[in-house]
Amino acid sequence: MPRFDSIVVGAGHNGLVCASYLRRAGQRVLVVERGSSPGGLAAGIEFAEGYRSAVAHSVSHFSERVAKDLELARFGFDARAASVPLVALDEDGAHISIEDGRLAGASEADSAAFEEFHRLMNRYASTMAPFWEKTVPRLSDRSPSEVAKFAHLGVSLRLLGKQDMLEFFRIATLSARDLVDEYFEEDRLKAALCWDGLIGGRMAPRSPNSAVLAMLYRGSTGFYGQHRIGPGGVRSLVDALVDASREAGVELLCDSPVRQVVLSATQQACGVELASGEVIEADRVISGVDPKHTFRDLVGYARLDIGFSNRIERLRSEGLVAKVHLALNGLPEFAGLTQPRGRLLMAPGLDAIEFAYDDAKYGEASKQPVLEVTLPSLEDASLAPEGHHVLSAHVMYVPARHREGWTNGARDALLESVMATIERFAPGIRSQIVAAELLTPSDIEERFGVTGGHWHHTEFAVDQLLMMRPTYDAGQYRTPIDNLFLCSAGCHPGGDLVGAAGFNAAREVLR
Amino acid sequence: MTNQYDAIVVGAGHNGLTNAAYLAKAGLKVCVLEKNDYIGGAAVSRELEPGWLYSSCSYVCSMMRQAIHRDLELGRHGLMIVPYLGTVTFGNGDERLFSYQDETASYNELRRHSPHDADAMFRFQADLTRYSQVIRKTLMRTPPDPSSFRLRDMQELLFLAKQFWALGERELYEYIRFFTMSAAEFLEDYFENDLIKGAMASPGIIGTALGVYSPGSAYILLHHVMGDVDGSIGAWGLARGGMGAISDAIASAYKSFGGELRTEAGVARIRVNNGRADGVILENGDELSAGIVVSNLDAKRTFTKVIDRADLPEDIYRRAKNFKIRGSSGKVNIALSGLPKFTGVPDNRYLDRGGQGFVGSLETMERAYDCWKRGTWSDDPFIESVIPSAWDPTVAPAGKHWMSNFIQYCPPELSDGPWTPEKRDAFGATVIDKIERYAPGFKDLIVHMEVRTPHEIENEIGLTEGNIFQGELTIDQLFFNRPFPGYGQYRMPLKNLYMCGSSTHPGGGVSAVCGANAAREILMDLKRPNTVPEDDFHDE
Repeated sequence: MPRFDSIVVGAGHNGLVCASYLRRAGQRVLVVERGSSPGGLAAGIEFAEGYRSAVAHSVSHFSERVAKDLELARFGFDARAASVPLVALDEDGAHISIEDGRLAGASEADSAAFEEFHRLMNRYASTMAPFWEKTVPRLSDRSPSEVAKFAHLGVSLRLLGKQDMLEFFRIATLSARDLVDEYFEEDRLKAALCWDGLIGGRMAPRSPNSAVLAMLYRGSTGFYGQHRIGPGGVRSLVDALVDASREAGVELLCDSPVRQVVLSATQQACGVELASGEVIEADRVISGVDPKHTFRDLVGYARLDIGFSNRIERLRSEGLVAKVHLALNGLPEFAGLTQPRGRLLMAPGLDAIEFAYDDAKYGEASKQPVLEVTLPSLEDASLAPEGHHVLSAHVMYVPARHREGWTNGARDALLESVMATIERFAPGIRSQIVAAELLTPSDIEERFGVTGGHWHHTEFAVDQLLMMRPTYDAGQYRTPIDNLFLCSAGCHPGGDLVGAAGFNAAREVLR
Repeated sequence: MTNQYDAIVVGAGHNGLTNAAYLAKAGLKVCVLEKNDYIGGAAVSRELEPGWLYSSCSYVCSMMRQAIHRDLELGRHGLMIVPYLGTVTFGNGDERLFSYQDETASYNELRRHSPHDADAMFRFQADLTRYSQVIRKTLMRTPPDPSSFRLRDMQELLFLAKQFWALGERELYEYIRFFTMSAAEFLEDYFENDLIKGAMASPGIIGTALGVYSPGSAYILLHHVMGDVDGSIGAWGLARGGMGAISDAIASAYKSFGGELRTEAGVARIRVNNGRADGVILENGDELSAGIVVSNLDAKRTFTKVIDRADLPEDIYRRAKNFKIRGSSGKVNIALSGLPKFTGVPDNRYLDRGGQGFVGSLETMERAYDCWKRGTWSDDPFIESVIPSAWDPTVAPAGKHWMSNFIQYCPPELSDGPWTPEKRDAFGATVIDKIERYAPGFKDLIVHMEVRTPHEIENEIGLTEGNIFQGELTIDQLFFNRPFPGYGQYRMPLKNLYMCGSSTHPGGGVSAVCGANAAREILMDLKRPNTVPEDDFHDE
């Protein structure tokens, strides 16, 4: 192998974004991927013969800037595809849905409250939006350009006006439940409005401090209108990123797990050693895998300062979302829905979510899980044989480590409770099931190499955000190891299919 | 008796009395109005069984600011506070953890459970003390309004920025982390032993509707340990004569400045004319006029019960309704014919001058919280106890004792409806059963017992939902957000109306700080010389 300017470890979407930017800046770039295909958690996997699905099942707030810079539209990804509704399912078919910032099926009072709620949250989300695509400086950084970023944030907040600014300081750390309780009456609507603050994290409706920030992050391209599934679904994004990077000249090497990051005699990153023993040299290494995996396994704590290692080791990276994929021989019928489009929520209320979380606190799967379900095959017919469908469910809450271990019994019980939940809303679905797959967070960890199977690589919590993500001495995409960079969801701004971490990292590498 | 005053303080809680004392000291003609026939609010001693004096609500003193204690000469007015010598923490089984004043003894005791944790404790205590030092400096200062461009607010913001900056960059990040995480996760960083974690986590849930695993509970832990007794930060103490002795001493200081105190004078309405508070209407129909009105009641009660909604900006009514003031604690006071004998506690250690924590483990505490969320109580609740009579002869007949038991959690309302006397007694029985498990024969010692759920606490002393802090201590209700954004400086939306209770900065606890801070702001508005002392930090 020749020597590269940069090697990106992991062909997740952030790795691909970062690689493309670097290549476009003239670097010779190689992406090494442990799996047989790129895409990370967004990669389509055949879970039963003829049926495919990805762990990620919708695109929420992918960076419009990245889509434009990398010309993803030309490769088939539509960042402005029609948004899909969020539907709070009701067993009797009286659903409440939110689409493009419009609420349907709710009471008059709740609809009126939604106007104000939506206005305010949109305001805050768009105030925050520019900062997700900036590198957040260290607090000790006194250089004028970095100080200006904080000043910009301060001014942006002040420009909200006295009232809205003070309100922002209050609600920013509220629990999701307290926030929606102040506005709404209907429990099922409240559960739906909380959802994007909670999913993927170690949080329930009553948990203060981070849920509202997660909601604002996810609303950065428009609040409650942000989830889009264009033609081709999630696959269209991964395909576009791969094609765009290939066309730019990024080299991609799959089936090549990295054993370690190679350090020079002066302790600088200078390449990677693959599991096969092959060493590939480069001027720098950029890790697109999660921070814990990067430092614990690929660098090794022994080669790092003990204080830094401790801060990495204490990162909260236990995922609580399991995945269930069902192969169906037809389109399931949901009571009261003509077409099961969008994200279908099976969470009857705030307590249902809270109590589901309670089980997981003690290392058990929720006995009555709450679900977000989509049918990806509606947008991407290639995922299932003709006339057949794929159902994808995010299941909360399921701990990565079961207190009694993930025995077959525990897995069967979980799958059964998920099926029973789905069946309540789609009676008769059981007879359509051809095959089923359950991925607990620990399965996701094993299959995709994401520590704890965590969506965000590490918890999206106040103390692990901004310049503190993943930790303050690696918060600007640089690490204590010279020439080793980070570009994953474990960096600012965080997880989901966004691409901002990869974009920000590329900018810092090129600086 | 005249009915015209410079200032009326509604409620004779310890903050109301403190506020009144400083106003009277500045020469104002002040009247404190109390609905009960006794004063003190939640800092109260009551004789409910002849010969026994219960601290029927709050039971331990740690947050009282020394500057106020000295300035009001509370010692001369009869207050004596004696620090705990240590505590016993009870595990789920036979495990016991003793804490000692003596460092070597404490270290050896921790080693008995975990050598690792014994060493970690030094780091933990040092970190916690450092975190508390910044907060302590803000206690007796009025929070700045972050949206204001007034010189005073900007100076105050600058002061804060300097304090935080002085921590150093690394420390600042650690501080943010500590401030937002859960008590359990914070403790996991230091300790491995379940009982030690449980013992250290217990202050993180006292009085709050959060669990040890809820983000934000680490701060509450700090809130309970940042006080001091005789300059020893984090120490807890007992007041001779019960917690009412604190209120009585403040009231005595107040009276010495010429202040007037009326009991059985419940306020039905705060009178508002042209957007100005100008007096009160009592429940008996009497009207009292005053230049200013200060409410020592909690924010919800003040704005939804004693002020006419029509007199308020709609926005404030909504904020008050949404104010988080959740009942989560219960109290069981028990008169005993003798000292209980706890199993696994040699020589009845610390029964004489210390506390007992029936903790179990983090999971035991969290499961109790799960019950609260479901509108019921745990059959294995967290109980924190003390037997004040073992040291203080004034609170029980000779040879007899009384035990204060604080229970977390107890819901404000049950899933099957409101509290009834039967349900209350069942709750009390749960507590007794748990103590009996650790002290066989305990039940036979019981002479009299008073069970208090949030329902009783609210009805007796007027705390909404029986919340001991007059409002949850979460970030959205702390500092300049307390009680509402834009009203963090003790001035309320109606002219001449102020608040001085724990619903204001710095929040709950028998600290007297809210009352003193409010007095400083009032005197500034009235252009009177300030009588409120600055905080001092002799201990740091």
